[in-house]
Amino acid sequence: MARFVSNLRHPGPGAGVQLFSSAAVKAAGPRIKSGVTVGLLAWFFATPAHAATGETVNPWVALAYLVSGVFFILALRGLSSPATSRTGNRFGMIGMLIAVVTTLVTQFPRFDPSRLKQGDCAEHAAQYGFDGPGACGGLMSPDWATAGEIFVAIAIGALLGLAIARRIAMTAMPELVAAFHSLVGFAAVLVGWAAYLNPGAFGLLTADGGIGAVSKVEMGLGIAIGAITFSGSVIAFAKLSGRMSGSPILLPARHVINLGVLAAIIVLTALFAMAAPEQTLSLIIGLTVLAFAIGFLLIIPIGGADMPVVVSMLNSYSGWAAAAMGFTLGNTAMIITGALVGSSGAILSYIMCRAMNRSFISVIAGGFGADSGGAGGGEAKEQRPYKQGSAADAAFMLEQAEKVIIIPGYGMAVAQAQHALREMADMLEEKGVEVKYAIHPVAGRMPGHMNVLLAEAQVPYENVFELEDINSEFAQADVAFIIGANDVVNPAAKTDKSSPIYGMPVFDVDKAKQVFFIKRSMGGVGYAGVDNDVFYMDQTMMLLSDAKKMVEEIVKAMD
Amino acid sequence: MLAALLVSLLDLGAFTCNKPLRTRGRDVALDFISILSIFVLACFVGYYVVWSVTPALHTPLMAVTNAISSVIIVGALIAAAAADVPGAKWLGLLGIVLASVNIFGGFAVTARMLAMYKKKEKK
Repeated sequence: MARFVSNLRHPGPGAGVQLFSSAAVKAAGPRIKSGVTVGLLAWFFATPAHAATGETVNPWVALAYLVSGVFFILALRGLSSPATSRTGNRFGMIGMLIAVVTTLVTQFPRFDPSRLKQGDCAEHAAQYGFDGPGACGGLMSPDWATAGEIFVAIAIGALLGLAIARRIAMTAMPELVAAFHSLVGFAAVLVGWAAYLNPGAFGLLTADGGIGAVSKVEMGLGIAIGAITFSGSVIAFAKLSGRMSGSPILLPARHVINLGVLAAIIVLTALFAMAAPEQTLSLIIGLTVLAFAIGFLLIIPIGGADMPVVVSMLNSYSGWAAAAMGFTLGNTAMIITGALVGSSGAILSYIMCRAMNRSFISVIAGGFGADSGGAGGGEAKEQRPYKQGSAADAAFMLEQAEKVIIIPGYGMAVAQAQHALREMADMLEEKGVEVKYAIHPVAGRMPGHMNVLLAEAQVPYENVFELEDINSEFAQADVAFIIGANDVVNPAAKTDKSSPIYGMPVFDVDKAKQVFFIKRSMGGVGYAGVDNDVFYMDQTMMLLSDAKKMVEEIVKAMD
Repeated sequence: MLAALLVSLLDLGAFTCNKPLRTRGRDVALDFISILSIFVLACFVGYYVVWSVTPALHTPLMAVTNAISSVIIVGALIAAAAADVPGAKWLGLLGIVLASVNIFGGFAVTARMLAMYKKKEKK
């Protein structure tokens, strides 16, 4: 067996396998089986650890990456219904496992024999206990120290990741997702830089010892998109978690600055691609710094209400960054994943924009919700009368109702009122009241935010409806129960052309016989900064309190 | 028989091995086009698959796409395994840590969310 291995080490990997297989054909009987096993092993190890030393890509490895890409497609496909979603998530894990194991097997760290002198060989053999042909042949002399470092790195990441995933509150999901996006972005920057510093390891070296222009464009784009994802997500995280004010920060001439920086990034990428190897360093540094800056500049003028769009957009960017790195490495798993994630984020951004009746450009341009408060027009209005009710009033009317539609919003998430709400709904159902939940696409701080919170409170998903599916039912509803939502029920979106939310699809709560509106005080007016006529309707009763406290009091009053 | 089949498979492998998928010089353009084709087709697959995702699962969708985009760990592994350039190696190791936070955290948090969407037994 040792002979096979030593035979394999001198010629190129392909030739080695041919040599082996012709030998194996000649060998007879029981030896074949073990020969094949060794051959398979040797063949896997014979694929170049450093693609630069042999420019071939093992077709089985390429197939493994393709399979992992297909598993990722199945993972997203599984999310088409809650019933198949858990299987889908498992497919995603399998795909990731295939990609990581394939990379580990083919890229297992080994000593590069060409770099070792004769004396080092003996030293290494003594130090790591190798003997036989593997010690300095390079074929079978794994670098366990480096491998150990890799496993430690994975273990650290795994511990951190699992700890975070277990502890995080469901209400904090938007900021968690933003934080995770920033990690993907930063990892893309690191991989891009590693590829720049060690192009040989990534198989990017051309005959003249430099990196090909196409590879450099891909690399530059990967770094730029990764850096934008990182700094943008950090700002989004800070805004979502309240570490930074959600109100837009508007720099003078920000559009000029942003466009200038974007143009500079494109110019630098082009220069980087064309530059001679010794001139590239300053260009790639400039590129990275500018990309970090533009990510920051792009997100600070965007207000809290537009965060669902921003989070989806950054989700999309993290995908494009992975795809750009996939182009650099010629890796199908990364390209397929990048395309999936990129289009997923883009579609979610589109859905969010449509649900707010705003163009993607106007969201990105930012500043929403900043000026409307200072316009003065709203303040001139006289204090209009509204009716305030108590928990007991609400409990009584809810019990008498036949059909109740609950509209949750971000305020429910802030107050953590979802469990109390479910308790209230359960009691109503016991009394024969039909309870449905209506969810607006932009309710909360990220797509599907409310659905997750209701699911956490064990609300059956059959009772949860989307805007277009339930909006016609308000006319038959006895009670519309608004908890922590505001802009998504504002009729100004239908009637007032001057309103900043004009054209946004909203719930027709004014058609319900009775409206309960849970709100902390009459002061705040939602994120769009617009007054809401629903407050002042005859059939509206304002329940001014913390959402959770109010719902708990209603539950008590119903007993 | 099985062994012979395997051997011939290996021969096939050896044969295709000699045909580089990613070559330098003249073939690069073709190579780029084939990668681009995969990318463009995957974009279309992504488009249709994501539209079929139910809106109720949009948050898990974001969490799981976040986890799978950490497949970028492949690049970090390659950089960390090639010990010949220390700078690149350390960047790679840091990349592995960040990406694995995402992989484990992303899949775990998705699993946690999806577990809540189980059909409830009516009491």
